[in-house]
Amino acid sequence: MVRQELQKLAVYAFFLAILLIPMLGFRSASFEPDRALKIWGVFVGILILNFIVKAVRGGRAAVEAHKEPWTERTRERISRIPRLYTIGGLALLAAVYPLMANNYMIDVGITCLIYVSLGLGLNIVVGLCGLLDLGYIAFYAVGAYTYSLLNLTFGVSFWAALPMGVVLGMVCGCIIGYPTLKMRGDYLAIVTLGFGEIVRLVLNNWDSLTAGPNGLFGMKRPTLYYPSFADGGFSWVAYYLKSLPALYYLILIIVVLTIVGVRRLDNSRIGRAWIAIREDETAAELSGVPTTWNKLLAYALGAAFASVAGAFFAAKLSYTNPNFFLFMESCIVLCIVVLGGVGSIPGIVVAGFVLIAVPEIFRGLENYRMLAFGAIMTIMMVVKPEGLIPASRRKRELHATDPHPHEESDGRDR
Amino acid sequence: MAELVLQNVSKRFGGLLAVNKLDLEVPAGRILSLIGPNGAGKTTVFNMITGVYPPSSGTIRYKGHQLNHLRSNRIIAQGIARTFQNIRLFKSMTVLENVQVGLHCRTKSGAVRALLKTPFENREETEIIAKSLKLLEFMGLIEHRNDYASNLPYGEQRRLEIARALATQPDILLLDEPAAGMNPRETADLMDLILKLRDTGLTIFLVEHDMKLVMGISEIVTVLDYGQKIAEGTPREIQQNEKVIEAYLGTAAKAPN
Repeated sequence: MVRQELQKLAVYAFFLAILLIPMLGFRSASFEPDRALKIWGVFVGILILNFIVKAVRGGRAAVEAHKEPWTERTRERISRIPRLYTIGGLALLAAVYPLMANNYMIDVGITCLIYVSLGLGLNIVVGLCGLLDLGYIAFYAVGAYTYSLLNLTFGVSFWAALPMGVVLGMVCGCIIGYPTLKMRGDYLAIVTLGFGEIVRLVLNNWDSLTAGPNGLFGMKRPTLYYPSFADGGFSWVAYYLKSLPALYYLILIIVVLTIVGVRRLDNSRIGRAWIAIREDETAAELSGVPTTWNKLLAYALGAAFASVAGAFFAAKLSYTNPNFFLFMESCIVLCIVVLGGVGSIPGIVVAGFVLIAVPEIFRGLENYRMLAFGAIMTIMMVVKPEGLIPASRRKRELHATDPHPHEESDGRDR
Repeated sequence: MAELVLQNVSKRFGGLLAVNKLDLEVPAGRILSLIGPNGAGKTTVFNMITGVYPPSSGTIRYKGHQLNHLRSNRIIAQGIARTFQNIRLFKSMTVLENVQVGLHCRTKSGAVRALLKTPFENREETEIIAKSLKLLEFMGLIEHRNDYASNLPYGEQRRLEIARALATQPDILLLDEPAAGMNPRETADLMDLILKLRDTGLTIFLVEHDMKLVMGISEIVTVLDYGQKIAEGTPREIQQNEKVIEAYLGTAAKAPN
């Protein structure tokens, strides 16, 4: 067992080294291996650490990689802390963050939150319903462009455009969903990938509507209205959410609402139907679940959440162009879902921050970031394929007559 | 009164005639078994009834309604439930949730209600849980309600499949080889369970290889061979039927004089 693990370790380290070759920096003047070596060192360190953990744990780990006792123990420890404290603590941290951070950090925070809400939306499609969607970013684009166009041409405000964007996103979700209803796995992935690209290309080439690659700019920021009694009269004053902290709080609210929404869906009749479809579509249909309808619903709702995030994104930048919606973005969102743990809400929140904030920290490495990104994903898939925080299903106490009393204390951790 | 009626039903897969002009009646409140050698088309009959694929010709009626081109979930909603030859549970869901999925077709709350958590949704969820727990209690799975379905022992997985099927509140239950892989003890329990279910007014339609089970509880036995019905009758009649013996054991070779 130890030998086997050592062999594995050597193989990973070797492949990592190969992956990092382009980072050695073959420049005309200098040869800089130190940067690549540092990264390699960190990863090999992680691998060795993992090896030690496994060795300490003994042979069982290799057989039962999906039931890691230490994660179970951590999980239990966390679940013993009253949920109110954990959630309250996180909420407090999120709320005071802009007060402690500089503008750049707040901006990164906003980006993280946008991706978290995208990840949560995609979680409905991929995590709950099991439909591999590689073109998810298209719905984000739909939201962004809906708001941009409505605002620029008709002066529609952010709040009025939001529901329209949601509806349009849902329609687009159904448009991509309908023809793919009978597809599974790889074929579905290919079609959704194509759809994502089609949307981007349309945005890029429909000059008269979308201004093509130049993009649209000058959209109004989201507004808040507050009453004013100046001049003895009463009037509503518009306040544009221009500052980064204000935008941060807005997206924070959107994310919190998304979490609540996805959680409620997850634990509802519809959520169970989705998971049943993911587990075994035929068995679900033959247990009386209308699979077609529920799959369309998953697409539509996933698209709706992306659309909201997209509208916010366009409003925040006051600018949008088709190059924000590259295939790469779909990949990142999918990575967030997979890395966090398919179907797991806390996992996705954590993964969203890890995948968006960590590359920011490594900004100095520029394009090589993606390489490290790939390496992290590969290692994750080998070491912990079920994600950072694996999804777990809700436990029920026997007293079914009252639905609430155990909700807060029954040890479920999502 | 016959509940489920198959008239002249055939199923062709390319060049293979899996079921050939089958006439079958499943009377209400009875236990009917469909037996036959491997590949005789038994599971195909189940698949046609539950809409996995439509019959190539012929009609399937249930309480007077034609089922031929209905989608599976609509057929289930009409009151026909089934289990599978190889267990098909929702593995990463808990035992309770598996049963809750079965109640999907008897409940209404949609996505909007779930998002807003309306009183209606709350009430319905409570009801779903109560009904599911009752069913688990009946099936002797209540202790396992929070276990993942994949962690159940084999015999209990079979029971859970039946529980999930029962959750759809059927009038007729199709069991596809429920005793496959069970030990004699478990099979005996299964027999008791089936009889108990029949006594609640449920019609049972059984495909099974275990002859002890079939002959022990069936009221009517139908025998299929190469997609054709070769015999029908009480277990006793079937056991003495020449054609059936031939289908199972082959023709006796004539001893050379």
